[in-house]
Amino acid sequence: MTDLPTEPASGGPAERERLFGDLLNDCVHCGFCLPTCPTNVLWGQEMDSPRGRIHLMGQMHEEDVLTETAVGHFDNCLGCLACVSSCPSGVAYDALIEHTRYRVEEEHERPRGQRALRGAVFSLFPYRNRLRAVRGPLRAYQASGVSSLVRRSGILDRLSPTLATMERIAPPLSAPPPPLPELVPAVGERRARVGMLVGCVQGAFFPEVNTATARVLALEGCEVVIPRSQGCCGALSGHSGRLAESAAFAQRLVEVFEAGQVERIVVNSAGCGSSMKHFDRTLEEAGAGPAWVERARAVSAKVVDLTEYLVALGPRAERHPVPLRVAYHDACHLSHGQGITRQPRELLRQIPGLEVVDLPNKEICCGSAGVYNLFNPRAAGELGDRKGEDVASTGAGVLVSGNPGCSLQIASAMERAGSPVAVTHTAQLLDASLRGLSPEQLFGPSSRG
Amino acid sequence: MATTAPHTPRGSARGSAPGSSSTPGALTGLVPRLLEICGDDGVLTDLSQRRVYESDGLTYHRSTPGVVVMPTSTEQVAAVVRLCAEHGVPYVPRGAGTGLSAGALPHAEGVLLVTSRMRRIIEIDLDNECAVVEPGVANLDITRAAGPHGYYYAPDPSSQQVCSVGGNVAENSGGAHCLKYGFTVNHVRGLEIVTPAGEVVELGGKAPGAHGYDLIGAFVGSEGTLGVATRITVSLTRSPQKTVTLLSAFTSLDAGGEAVSAIISAGVLPSAIEMMDALAIEAAERAVACDYPEGAAAVLVVELDGPAEEVDAQLERVTALCADAGSFETRAASGAEERALIWKGRKSAFAAVGRISPAYIVQDGVVPRTALGEVLGRIAALSAESGVRVANVFHAGDGNLHPLVLFDDAEPGAGERAEAVSGAILDLCIEHGGSITGEHGVGVDKACKMPRMYDDASLETFDLFRRAFDPAGIANPEKLLPTPRLCGERPGVRTGVHPLVESGEAEQF
Repeated sequence: MTDLPTEPASGGPAERERLFGDLLNDCVHCGFCLPTCPTNVLWGQEMDSPRGRIHLMGQMHEEDVLTETAVGHFDNCLGCLACVSSCPSGVAYDALIEHTRYRVEEEHERPRGQRALRGAVFSLFPYRNRLRAVRGPLRAYQASGVSSLVRRSGILDRLSPTLATMERIAPPLSAPPPPLPELVPAVGERRARVGMLVGCVQGAFFPEVNTATARVLALEGCEVVIPRSQGCCGALSGHSGRLAESAAFAQRLVEVFEAGQVERIVVNSAGCGSSMKHFDRTLEEAGAGPAWVERARAVSAKVVDLTEYLVALGPRAERHPVPLRVAYHDACHLSHGQGITRQPRELLRQIPGLEVVDLPNKEICCGSAGVYNLFNPRAAGELGDRKGEDVASTGAGVLVSGNPGCSLQIASAMERAGSPVAVTHTAQLLDASLRGLSPEQLFGPSSRG
Repeated sequence: MATTAPHTPRGSARGSAPGSSSTPGALTGLVPRLLEICGDDGVLTDLSQRRVYESDGLTYHRSTPGVVVMPTSTEQVAAVVRLCAEHGVPYVPRGAGTGLSAGALPHAEGVLLVTSRMRRIIEIDLDNECAVVEPGVANLDITRAAGPHGYYYAPDPSSQQVCSVGGNVAENSGGAHCLKYGFTVNHVRGLEIVTPAGEVVELGGKAPGAHGYDLIGAFVGSEGTLGVATRITVSLTRSPQKTVTLLSAFTSLDAGGEAVSAIISAGVLPSAIEMMDALAIEAAERAVACDYPEGAAAVLVVELDGPAEEVDAQLERVTALCADAGSFETRAASGAEERALIWKGRKSAFAAVGRISPAYIVQDGVVPRTALGEVLGRIAALSAESGVRVANVFHAGDGNLHPLVLFDDAEPGAGERAEAVSGAILDLCIEHGGSITGEHGVGVDKACKMPRMYDDASLETFDLFRRAFDPAGIANPEKLLPTPRLCGERPGVRTGVHPLVESGEAEQF
């Protein structure tokens, strides 16, 4: 490139814009990203495809204007990163859309209703304690039977599609398992000392997935450090352009895991892992100094997805049969965000008696996409319905995925379609196998694969 | 020249000026009618949205369409075209926008008719071994739908997962396997078309081989100048009993070329013979880590399919012929995943070149297979003389070359030097009795090169034929055939902004 940076420090706004321009230029307009883009699948128009959005970003970059129309198309992007997997030219769409969203948040005035909704969502979701606080009322609500009445009446859909989505995807809650200790000792000879992320949604709504994760790691010989002081990883904020908020969460987590003195940081939620693997980029973009970026890089280098880690570690504990037929769903931020598709399947195939089937259209997003289903409920609902049909077509009664948002989204779509499915996390199936649990013990007597 | 330059709407040197924020005058009156026909979500008038459609896969040529329509049915297409005909407004059909000859370059004062929302597979008719599809269906989706029944759709352009069947019909697309199975034209049995007057006409049907004038043969490859295909009936091909893909590595391009000649003259008919040179291999390795043999100056990808015994015998024969020609490693894969890995390198090659060069031109030319060695040698000499790097990827079996001419668009004059090399390669093709395009089409990009291949009488005959379908000249005008406006002033590529455009006195489109 010929233009010179106007200020020497890395991470300055001019330098960021220049890098953004360079990244834009990597796109050769071949269109290979179109077929796996969920919004292109839905609407078939160029502006709602990665290639079209990159063109709109180019307009924004070259002419320094951000039109209402362009913002709409950027907002429509689920950030699933299927385009990153399918791009032969290596375009960093992930970095492009994050920067674009940041500009949108900085420069674009949203209508008041949208602002209020965003404010509310971001003051709830990244905080496990606040999420946990709504667990109680939610359980009471579900137990009362009012839940199905409300759902059937369709009143929430009329009042607010977002509220309706929140109500629908709220998981059925049982009594929470006891909280995890800060240190889980390895079973047998210690092979490693690893940190573990609890996560906000995972921690509040799926604590049993965390319990299973810790137990599997311990049974495989890991000493597991679970710092109680850990908060949100910042992924939800980062994916919505709230850069400063995301960077602050990242810094906090870097400090927490530095103190833990761990070899690896194991993450069981795809969205969090994908984001934590580039803490350095987030801090750089947010303008943190080089020292912070370096610290973030060191922590990011330790981040691994649970399945990635277990495959690299190699199995030691005995696997007991789990006679089930399950469909595996690739969470976007695991497959597209981290390139992890082989490892979870390999782990599942190691379980005797477990039959694993793939979904048709497995590269297409289920519509959950972080908090997308709250802001764009209609598109998310349609994608959820499509995914639900694909799951139903496999005939499997159990759906396995590596991300809490996907599980909520797909289960609610299938319930809506009248073909309910049991959802579970890869960690829970492994846990069941290592402990010799039967499918009934895992799901209750009603669900058979 | 098929340039795949960086995508950005950087300035407006080669396209229309982005200043016109509203729909061009002549079209304003049409917009309400278009909205009635295609619905509120089927018409785009917003400038930033229209600009997204300014080019197809060939970004070198750009022009913001006057208005974009996205019909969902034959009736809507016909109504839009009738409206255009009534008002003498030009229209340009567009499929997935992956074309490499600017065949779907929009008209600044015309309608861009996009078929991307017409993507239903209407029927898979196994008894008649055919499929009926809408034009926006992706090529590979036919195979996906037919696969479970033991059939597939044979034409397979490298962009098959995204390029549309309608676009394939317009361009008569080929693909790696056209050596054995032929081009799109060999697989289309029936067409429903909307003529440039807006009439809906059926050509052919499900039964192959209708008598009379071969209008399907004329329509396929006509690049949207004779009408818009709205429904396409294609033959399905039975999936072969066995398929083996061979990867053979050579220390020189010549040795690879010799192997190709030896295979063909031995009477073996592989379904595909593809060749890549060292630069193309390097790009593919970086993009998809295809793990081709290290140190190869050329690789051949040979695919054999058919009855198992025949394939086994051919495999033995081809392996021996490659070894005789000097191959230092040959791998054979029959599993779907291993085969896909071999193909992945080849199929990603075009776009993958973006990893080793900031910008590049994808050229498409044909030479008789027997001239392959000579022409490749001349291309290497051209590259050495000019200092412009050329990567070669080609369908070696039928002499269809795809040289990729690399350049850095940030370097002043580099684009022009690359253009010169790219043009000289086409001259080489013509000189050796070949053609200026194998499968990417003529479009805008090569229209002015047509006179190098055809004499005036031939071009006039083409024009008469075109006018028989489109007397008013509104169907994808200024494509395929040279016009004085397109080619008159100066053949080749415009390099700067026209002084009148720069001063704001004229608009260029």
